[in-house]
Amino acid sequence: MDVSQYLEIFIDETKEHLQTLSDQLMILEQEPENMETINEIFRAAHSLKGMAGTMGYKRMQRLTHDMENVFQEIRSGNMKVQPELVDVLFRGLDALEGYLANILDSADEGTEENQDIINALNDIVEKGTGKSSQPKPAVAAAQVPAADNAAGGALYESISISDYEINTFETAKEQNLNILGITVYLQETCILKAARAFLVFKALEELGEVMKAVPDVQDIEDEKFDMNFSLIYFTQESAEKVKAAIENVSEIKEAVVGEFKLPEQEAAKAQEPAAKESKIVPEPKQAGAAAVQKDTKKETEKKPEKKSAKPAVGRTVRVDIEKLDVLMNLVSELIIAKNGLVSISSNTQNTRNDNSFNEQIEYLESVTTNLHESVMKVRMVPIESVVNRFPRMIRDLSKKLDKKMELHMTGEDTELDRTVIDEIGDPLQHLLRNSADHGLESNEDRIALGKSEVGNIWLNAYQDGNNVNIEVRDDGAGINIEKVRNKALEKGMITPEQAEVMTDKEIIDLLFQPSFSTADKITDVSGRGVGLDVVKTKIEGLGGNIECRSVMGEGSSFIIHLPLTLAIIQALMVELGNEKYAIPLGSIQTIEDVPLSDIKYVQTKEVINLRGTVIPLIRLDQILDVESAAQDLESLTVVIVKKGDKQAGLVVDNLIGQQEVVIKSIGSYINCSKIISGATILGDGEIALILEVNTLV
Amino acid sequence: MNNGNVQNMDTVANEKQYIVVRLGSEQYGIDIQYVDNIVRNQRITRVPKAQHYFKGVINLRGEVIPVMSLRLKFDLEPDEYTNATRIIIIKLEQHSAIGIIVDEVKEVVTLSEDAIDKPTSADSAGDSRIQYLSGIGKQADGLISLLNIANVVNDKEAVS
Repeated sequence: MDVSQYLEIFIDETKEHLQTLSDQLMILEQEPENMETINEIFRAAHSLKGMAGTMGYKRMQRLTHDMENVFQEIRSGNMKVQPELVDVLFRGLDALEGYLANILDSADEGTEENQDIINALNDIVEKGTGKSSQPKPAVAAAQVPAADNAAGGALYESISISDYEINTFETAKEQNLNILGITVYLQETCILKAARAFLVFKALEELGEVMKAVPDVQDIEDEKFDMNFSLIYFTQESAEKVKAAIENVSEIKEAVVGEFKLPEQEAAKAQEPAAKESKIVPEPKQAGAAAVQKDTKKETEKKPEKKSAKPAVGRTVRVDIEKLDVLMNLVSELIIAKNGLVSISSNTQNTRNDNSFNEQIEYLESVTTNLHESVMKVRMVPIESVVNRFPRMIRDLSKKLDKKMELHMTGEDTELDRTVIDEIGDPLQHLLRNSADHGLESNEDRIALGKSEVGNIWLNAYQDGNNVNIEVRDDGAGINIEKVRNKALEKGMITPEQAEVMTDKEIIDLLFQPSFSTADKITDVSGRGVGLDVVKTKIEGLGGNIECRSVMGEGSSFIIHLPLTLAIIQALMVELGNEKYAIPLGSIQTIEDVPLSDIKYVQTKEVINLRGTVIPLIRLDQILDVESAAQDLESLTVVIVKKGDKQAGLVVDNLIGQQEVVIKSIGSYINCSKIISGATILGDGEIALILEVNTLV
Repeated sequence: MNNGNVQNMDTVANEKQYIVVRLGSEQYGIDIQYVDNIVRNQRITRVPKAQHYFKGVINLRGEVIPVMSLRLKFDLEPDEYTNATRIIIIKLEQHSAIGIIVDEVKEVVTLSEDAIDKPTSADSAGDSRIQYLSGIGKQADGLISLLNIANVVNDKEAVS
């Protein structure tokens, strides 16, 4: 069976199961007796094993099988969970992730056997249960009772019949047709199962009519069945003749043909559950593969015909069906709006009504805005998919660094654009490692300082207007400003004079400079000096920014601000000379009319005092080398923008208005010192550049 | 006949097509495989603080494409836009599109390998522009400087 078409689903579901395993193992470590967790892990391992088996990933299957075995023993009370078991299981989990990574790259699991993990698992089982750990058919045994059903009588007897179908039976009886039940068993070695089944059907159709098939005819054609299938068949011929006709087809092991007795209606209903069971678990021999079969079924139901021959896996987003419904509705509305416009334009003969035209335009506008919103929502993914690997990471770090620490996470359901989600993982991981390694003190130091022995790290995500903020905070030592200052002096990054006048905040910002690390010793966790500047570059690449706050002795926090979406933003269009620029609305606070007389000078720089806050003015025309129309105005139009808690006033010539703009990249050829973040195309085809407020301020 | 066929195949493999453009009085050739499009001059939106030879960006059917002036890049006099001025849209593998402004697009020529002289190191003495050339094409009506288009659009100056 060609399974490549299921690869994407396999990868998605494997990821999910691995995540469940990881989460539940974390819980298990805390509560070794939690039966629910143990069951959950057992189920996840079992599903993984089944899926790996279907896809032909033997090594992965073997490892999960042994992991599952351990939990089988625990479940049945033969052994207890010990700390070393959890460690081994985590190693097993890592190995599984390794397999998955290989599969992602090449559709192949690789050749790593991970024999040591398997041995360790078996040793633990042996020790824990006091008996030899022969690979035992624990799972198979569990499934046999269900399969007994099939052994008891011919499979076709368990085909369930609906009321509607009963009618056709009556008709058949009236026509004096034999109603036969047939179960066809294929040879184990049969390769082209669908082709053989097709030949069987063809032979049967010559003699009569196939009423019903289990599994579906469609599924049989698609080779979605095991080594057998069952039919209900109307014919004038005898059972023997039919049997002979079927067995005439090569590679057919056996055909069981008998009269199909129409069960009483109640009986039919009572039989239904059993029938379902036997559909899935057809034969004792196949019982081990039952889970496999189940999974295949589930997969086929979800994505029947999708083909992907490429091993490299495309990036997919799972979309809630409701979101798609909303999209569909909006598209219908869009069509209605278009039709409205068409009918107006066809009415142009004298009766053209500008009012209704404008109405339609407004309608169209609201539809496109909603459409945009919905499409953005489809692209949104909860941040959970990135952050849920962190508890595990902190656990490992805690062991490695020999510090007790705890990670508290909130706002995992905050949603971000898929592209951002893909990129944000590494920077966050970096910040968390930083907090764990540099931020938190050692256990002894914490006790000496009167803090709780266990260090705390918080990871909070929340939405704030058009931004999403992610905060990584710890209650450790905080940043030693003097140390940073001295280090910067030592490295020649700042002059002693500068060091004198720099504020604490400016000093902290030095941390984001390339090749700056205050760690006294380099560990393999962090401290190679390629730290925060990389984080900063990455986040700025996503259109966001990062700031740091720190209080000596109380801890530090890094706050990442990210835009909700990347592709379309609300922007304020402004005019400078005869050029048009867009300023993202997200960073604008207010727009002020400032009389020239209100401009003050501080260190020869222009500032204004706005309701008690001193805000520096930025003459955009000078920065952007625009030939500003020489004006003798009494007041300036100033757009107040903010970056973190910094503010600045951008002086513009004219305001045009608010507009939804589609961001286009201007490519990497032009080097404009980052003051332009992109361009957008206006309604008349003209291009307006989008100002990057973060670099201007 | 068979023999002739093989020879024919050979020459095809060794031939390249170039678009011949004019800058001032000089003729330059651009390998046709990198040319995505040739468009008339249109409104260029200036990009502040860009390298001096970038005139700005244009809107090409909904895509924003940076445009550079070959004249400024080669230290010639600034462009004078005429009816013959064209923007050649270049698409290099792995890179986004970029436009270059030329005075005129003249024709497409096919040059075989032996009609192309490779620049020698002696030629390059004291002239940084040599890195922008991949060879000199000889033709009946004069010489064509063949542009090494990858170096023209991606030189170090653009990165720094």
